[in-house]
Amino acid sequence: MNLTFLFDRVMVAYVARRLALAGVMLFGLVCLTFVIANVAPSDPAALAAGPDAGHSQIEQARREYGLDKPLPEQFLRYVGDLAQGEFGRSVATGRSVGRDLARYFPATLELCLVAMSIGLLVGIPLGMLSALFKDRWLDHLTRIFAVSGIALPPFWFGLLLQLGFATWLGWLPTSGRLGVATEPPEPITGMLLLDSLLRGDPALFAESAGYIILPAVVLSLPCLASILRVNRSEMVECLRADYITAARAHGTVPWRLVAVHALKNAMLPTLAIIGLRWGWMMSSTVLVETVFDWPGTGLYAVSSAIAGDFKPVMGVTLIVGLNFMLANLVVDLLYGALDPRLRDA
Amino acid sequence: MSPGSDGRSADTRGELNRPRETLLAITDYRLAFDSFDGTAQVLDGVSLQLAAGETLGIVGETGCGKSVLARSLLRLNPAPPARVVSGSIQFEGTDILTLSEREMRRLRGRRIAMVFQDPVSYLNPLLAIGPQMTDALRGQHAAAREAQPSRAEARARAAALLASVGLAEPERLLASHPHQLSGGMRQRVLIAMALAGNPALLVADEPTTALDVTVQAQVLALIAGLVRDRGLALLLISHDLGVIAASCARVAVMYAGTIVEEAATATLLRGPRHPYAQGLLAAVPDLDRPDHRPRGIAGSIPNLLRPPPGCRFHPRCALATERCRVEKPLLRQVAPGHNVACHHA
Repeated sequence: MNLTFLFDRVMVAYVARRLALAGVMLFGLVCLTFVIANVAPSDPAALAAGPDAGHSQIEQARREYGLDKPLPEQFLRYVGDLAQGEFGRSVATGRSVGRDLARYFPATLELCLVAMSIGLLVGIPLGMLSALFKDRWLDHLTRIFAVSGIALPPFWFGLLLQLGFATWLGWLPTSGRLGVATEPPEPITGMLLLDSLLRGDPALFAESAGYIILPAVVLSLPCLASILRVNRSEMVECLRADYITAARAHGTVPWRLVAVHALKNAMLPTLAIIGLRWGWMMSSTVLVETVFDWPGTGLYAVSSAIAGDFKPVMGVTLIVGLNFMLANLVVDLLYGALDPRLRDA
Repeated sequence: MSPGSDGRSADTRGELNRPRETLLAITDYRLAFDSFDGTAQVLDGVSLQLAAGETLGIVGETGCGKSVLARSLLRLNPAPPARVVSGSIQFEGTDILTLSEREMRRLRGRRIAMVFQDPVSYLNPLLAIGPQMTDALRGQHAAAREAQPSRAEARARAAALLASVGLAEPERLLASHPHQLSGGMRQRVLIAMALAGNPALLVADEPTTALDVTVQAQVLALIAGLVRDRGLALLLISHDLGVIAASCARVAVMYAGTIVEEAATATLLRGPRHPYAQGLLAAVPDLDRPDHRPRGIAGSIPNLLRPPPGCRFHPRCALATERCRVEKPLLRQVAPGHNVACHHA
């Protein structure tokens, strides 16, 4: 893949434009989360003051958190804080949301990265094979697999896997990121698999891999299924293309025809679905993290939302939105790397 | 190029070619395409012979099966739906219809090569010219179980091939993508690819149809030069009698999946014997006689799912009799080197 075009002057301008656009979208997202947080029927001041607080204590908490100020002023302060990287304070725990996110986000990112790797490493080859053996038993098998992958509710499938692999077979742990007895390492990236490798600790790597595999499989399934299906149908088209007939006539070996000449063309639409799925995955960790008690942003957002604590929910929403925008940008740039016609346009 | 001088030169070339050994012999070749609507008899008993170094044109309307015949020589028709019903295609003494796919790969590009109609769709849009050519070159070595040339060697050979078809700056071309080239350049690239394995037979399927008129003449001259210099046998498929007259010593007229007439090009142009060939020539406008209006052939080509019984041309033929409706006319010699499939010729 040719990435040198990224340093082209035109390309730098393009990326700058896209980033500026992402900034505008991010501002829209900030406005939206702020409005939603303020129209929700819950009183953060009452929450902050605690269940037994009297009227005056609640009012005091309201002043303390600046909740007595007019909404426009609150909004300006919120945006001002965000600009300095400050997400505000959780009213339930009093902890900095930014610091909480720094702790929970790597867990979610790690889970999503592993899940997406499974989706790519299984989905693309299976899609290719299904296209090669179109309408044969393998194709029918992957079709059933893909349809159930999209249709199975993740919490149900997650419970099923826990029952099978943790309770009955006892091969894998049920939930969490590490065993209670294991001391988590001082974080470098906060992602246990990566940190254990960086610190040269294979035992820790194996343990955290054991913990991540079930939630990652559950999270990857809908993503894997759609990558498989899109890749299959695109491969079917590309294998029929004239340029494949010509390359075959000229003597190109079959595996290169499939794995390079056709796959490269089939990857363009597949890339679009990968970008979308990555965005959705970040936001759909909520269910999986709840089932597997995975201490990530999904679980953090759910427990905060249940408590009526909105600063953390707003923080998570921003992170998820930002991730979606970045994924779109990366996909656009990869399009350029893959398709020379776009580079010259 | 005036048609008269070309007719003569083609004639003398034909005389020179006659005594050489047979390179290709197609005998009673029948190919069917299966579909939900039934079976289409696309090729209905085609017989043709081609000597080494000989040039043969196949002319016919769109849908008469000439491209399918061309692809049959490299076994590029996808099966299913294509199905060989009967017949044989002897190439250098072996029936290619009995070869395994692996054995067939040794012929593709090395013994038989193909030039395609539309160079836009027959070049991979996402791959640079270099890898497309080197993949073909290395694939030919792999199929022949020879040591593969290194990438650098293959690239040097590709550059030499590009130079041999009259393309300037071959090194820069190897790094270019198809969309950066003009139509004529793309067709030259495809011709260079076809020459990569130093084949004995070049099959050209409408090689100039998608090109501008001026470029057409250049590409035809290039092909004619290569055929002359390298002693290639040429099978040129076209719907344009002018193109064939300019490059082929012999011509076969195809109608609805059968060869209806075959003769030296000059002979056929002077005195076609089959009513369809006569109609085809009458449809060519004559620039020397502006008062002479070209006449079309009444009716349209038959539906090959339900071809007419007997002679496939009889519903459109002015001479048709009861015998034509019942009995299929076989190709028979009416003069030395002149065969016609008509009861009335």
